[in-house]
Amino acid sequence: MALSLKELSKKEELFSSGHRLCAGCGAATTMRQIMLATEDPVVISTATGCVYVATATYPYTAWKCNWIHSAFENSAATISGVEAAYQSLKRQGKIDKKIKFIAIGGDGGTYDIGLQSLSGALERGHNFLYVCYNNEAYMNTGIQRSGATPLGASTTTSPAGSASYGKKVFRKDLTAIVAAHNIPYLAQTTPAHWRDLMGKVQKALAVEGPTFLNILAPCHRGWRVEMKDSMKLARLAADTCYWPLYEVENGQWKLNYTPKEKKPVTEWLKPQGRFKHLFSNPEYQKVVDRLQETVDKEWAALLKKCVVESKPPETETKTAPARDVC
Amino acid sequence: MTNLQTKKEPGSVKDIKSARFAAMTGNNAIAEAMRQINPDVVAAYPITPQTEAVEEFADFVANGKVKTEYVAVESEHSSMSACIGASAAGARTITTTSSAGFALMWEMLPIASGLRTPIVMYVANRAFSAPLNIHCSHDDTMGGRDTGWIQLYSENAQEGYDNMIQAIRIAEDQSVRLPVMVCLDGFIISHSVERVDLLDDETVRKFIGENKPPYHLLNVAKPITIGACALQDYYTEHKRQHSEALINSKDKILQVADEFAKISGRKYGLFESYKLDDAEYGLVIINSAAGVAKMVVDDLRGKGVKAGLLKPRVYRPFPGKEIRDALKHLKAIAVMDRVDAFGAGRTPTFTEVASAMYGLEKQPLMINYVYGLGGRDIRLEDINNVYEKLMDIAKKGKVDKVFDYLTVRE
Ligand SMILES: Cc1ncc(C[n+]2csc(CCOP(=O)(O)OP(=O)(O)O)c2C)c(N)n1
Repeated sequence: MALSLKELSKKEELFSSGHRLCAGCGAATTMRQIMLATEDPVVISTATGCVYVATATYPYTAWKCNWIHSAFENSAATISGVEAAYQSLKRQGKIDKKIKFIAIGGDGGTYDIGLQSLSGALERGHNFLYVCYNNEAYMNTGIQRSGATPLGASTTTSPAGSASYGKKVFRKDLTAIVAAHNIPYLAQTTPAHWRDLMGKVQKALAVEGPTFLNILAPCHRGWRVEMKDSMKLARLAADTCYWPLYEVENGQWKLNYTPKEKKPVTEWLKPQGRFKHLFSNPEYQKVVDRLQETVDKEWAALLKKCVVESKPPETETKTAPARDVC
Repeated sequence: MTNLQTKKEPGSVKDIKSARFAAMTGNNAIAEAMRQINPDVVAAYPITPQTEAVEEFADFVANGKVKTEYVAVESEHSSMSACIGASAAGARTITTTSSAGFALMWEMLPIASGLRTPIVMYVANRAFSAPLNIHCSHDDTMGGRDTGWIQLYSENAQEGYDNMIQAIRIAEDQSVRLPVMVCLDGFIISHSVERVDLLDDETVRKFIGENKPPYHLLNVAKPITIGACALQDYYTEHKRQHSEALINSKDKILQVADEFAKISGRKYGLFESYKLDDAEYGLVIINSAAGVAKMVVDDLRGKGVKAGLLKPRVYRPFPGKEIRDALKHLKAIAVMDRVDAFGAGRTPTFTEVASAMYGLEKQPLMINYVYGLGGRDIRLEDINNVYEKLMDIAKKGKVDKVFDYLTVRE
């Protein structure tokens, strides 16, 4: 399927409207893009979190495909059982359809409480795609810090106060942790780069074996930005190299997007209320500096790893901007 | 411990398939039942004393004896999660565990039952830490008795084998669709060799039939959402349906037992009544210790004492009415549990039985013992002492101390 808006507009939306995610939610846009990118039938498992509670409240569902939620920390384990059932029944000739499997989890459900379940399922080699929609905190339960929350962000469990500048430690590099599992395909992207995101979903689903996407999905409630600015923030994350778009295909690291001009990380930080305190207290300039240094260091390290630089599909065409699919 | 014990060397399960009788440990017997059931998916994680059963099953997989997809998960939380996924996808699914593994999957137990996934789980009962102890207490499954599963308890390897096969039929029945745990005593039964009467493969295959899920995740033509949240407006109705299904499963359990008797000659009920009809003094006791207690009953009967025993098999749904009818004529009853319900001052089975007796005009006197924790041996004389205590309180017409630990250093 060609990733053109014309083609996509003909596709049935498998993630239907009427769900209860916020207007401007980066995760909602991400789900819609993932489902639009699928071609074969899929079974989805979703971890507890915003995407779960806002898309499947009995007696309604936003999912026009087979879908399961069982708990918070086990989206990967749950889909591994579904996939095992598929392998078994297929081998026995009880099923002949081609079906793809996708596990979805937030950053809390993936970086933190679900990391073991994810690692186990990747190691076992199930044929599935794991998608982490990363909004950088536990949003569903009220913006608590996670292992994906950046240094200096104020959350409800790492609040900035007269004696604190917010989260005291750096986020972990989950994508690199997943890469260490030596799975055939993994990538980072954002829903603002819709063609990149959907292309990566298709690539991942075409591969035999476990695959993984870490998708930065801004949350305007948690990031304290305007509702209309989620996609802008996602784009800025890539343009500041805070969230580079890259993929690792059979061990080869490839950069998918190089900003024309690498913007200072402050351009991404400043519009976000969760970092406001860093700019009102001169003492906290050092936190901003550390953030910039870390982004620079990580970007340089990534460039070294990326032997090939492939252009993002998005820049190859001059079609409509991202908001058309958002 | 059990009157079926033989002195024979344990035969490898692989060698005895054609034999009608085999010398097997409890774990061997469970693994053999699993081979014959030939499930679509097994997801399990090792923990003593259950481990041998999954190892043996992995061996069946490795040697092409079963068509099962074996998922060697990284934890019990994941084994139960994977079983839920597999069962929701329409696969006949089995897992096994003990103690800490059971505790680690705890979160997923009411989810498995709430989603109505007909998973069958073998539990070799083992004590909870701390202190760490690998031997038998009923901490795990007694603690999990209210997770919405059907629970079947087994005195010996034979009952474990028979319960596993019946569990598949019960769980997958359209009127039930609930997970079933089959419990037997860790080490005492899981690792002791006994004579087991086996059915042949074809008989088992016919008895269990095909799994026919009414809906599942791999039906592309009819997509479904499993596990939506249900809040104040619908949650209660979900729970009520679950509750009713569990209570109503009793009839199906008995019907399956009847059919099982036809193929095996072994008849199961909701519980075993041993010399209870004219008894004056009775024990209520679960699993392997009931074997010891039956020997004491025989001995006392020889001396003219009207002793009897009730051994629960189906603990969930709890057959309260039937148990009351079986016990109400007794003078004195001791309910013995291999588990404490800390702080309750009564053990789980005592609370269940006492509640079943509630409202009787003439109530038997009742006492309650915790015994055999962490695999501590329960000897004939220990049980004999309990019957003597019962005779004593019956004579006095009153109970001075309801709850106590048996065979404990003070
Ligand atoms: C075992 C367990 N612990 C805690 C929770 C409470 N809980 C539900 S969702 C959630 C946070 C989810 O955060 P994340 O995965 O980042 O997804 P988001 O809410 O941001 O979409 C928490 C802590 C739970 N459901 N289960």
